[in-house]
Amino acid sequence: MDGVDRRLLDVLQRGLPLCARPFAAVADEVGISEEDCLRRVTRLKEEGIIRRLGGVFSTRALGFHSALVAMVVPPEDLDRVAAVVSEYPEVTHNYARQGRYNLWFTLVTGREADARALLDEIRSRTRVEEVHLVPAGRVFKIRAHFPMGATGEEAAGYA
Amino acid sequence: MLDELDRAIVRELQGDIPLDPCPFGAIASRVGASEAEVLRRIRSYWERGWLRRVAAVLYHQAAGYRGNAMVVWKVPPDQVERFGRLAATFPQVTHCYERAGLPDFPYNVYTMVHGGDEEACAEVARAISATTGVSEYLILASAKEYKKTSACYIH
Repeated sequence: MDGVDRRLLDVLQRGLPLCARPFAAVADEVGISEEDCLRRVTRLKEEGIIRRLGGVFSTRALGFHSALVAMVVPPEDLDRVAAVVSEYPEVTHNYARQGRYNLWFTLVTGREADARALLDEIRSRTRVEEVHLVPAGRVFKIRAHFPMGATGEEAAGYA
Repeated sequence: MLDELDRAIVRELQGDIPLDPCPFGAIASRVGASEAEVLRRIRSYWERGWLRRVAAVLYHQAAGYRGNAMVVWKVPPDQVERFGRLAATFPQVTHCYERAGLPDFPYNVYTMVHGGDEEACAEVARAISATTGVSEYLILASAKEYKKTSACYIH
């Protein structure tokens, strides 16, 4: 990654303008050609820096239900249970974490009732009793933006 | 709320947009509408707050952010609003929610913290604690990532 890639990633994380030639507008801001811009975006995707370039929706506003779930899983059983959980397309993130609640996952469903039905199914398939919905109350921030700055290391440390 | 054309457009946007000089025109030909109609609808999703942005989502580890921690806080109920607003001002905090309690787990505000490494995340947690005066918190570092995808709203 060079400095141009980093500037490009900063602009792309902020968002494309909703116009007919968005990459031309982005290229203009970064100071490169539209063609170079598209070539770099293609490469950054191939290299696994960009996971996805697409729409970021507000789950709630779109009328869907999102939830966090915490489970207490016997440590030796973690991989098996996590594999069952990850099978569901509704599950978007699934992480093992330290502590008594050692498996945390997020899911997006049409209605809250669908989430509860899915948890019942997971409970019976995994034979894990402690499966808890952790509903959100007030939302103070949702902004997954990672400044790239002049160098990645600097940016990651927010120097 | 969403008609057939909206559903087709959302289905395109929830994945990857085409890497084409005219990505919305390319989407238009896939969904069988004009580019102008597709752009008009996408702008309306943004205006209504359904769509936050059309943007790059990074693999943050590859981008240099190897630390990722869920930091959970025990905040007195009457201070949750103040705490949440202050924690949200930290750029390293990507998500901040009030959440219902779990059995034997009295933490009611959850923050996702990203940094260069685990120590950087711990430092952010200390800074949030110093700023807010809330001293009871736990850092739940991720031990293993099993799955990370974007939401699929319309199958």
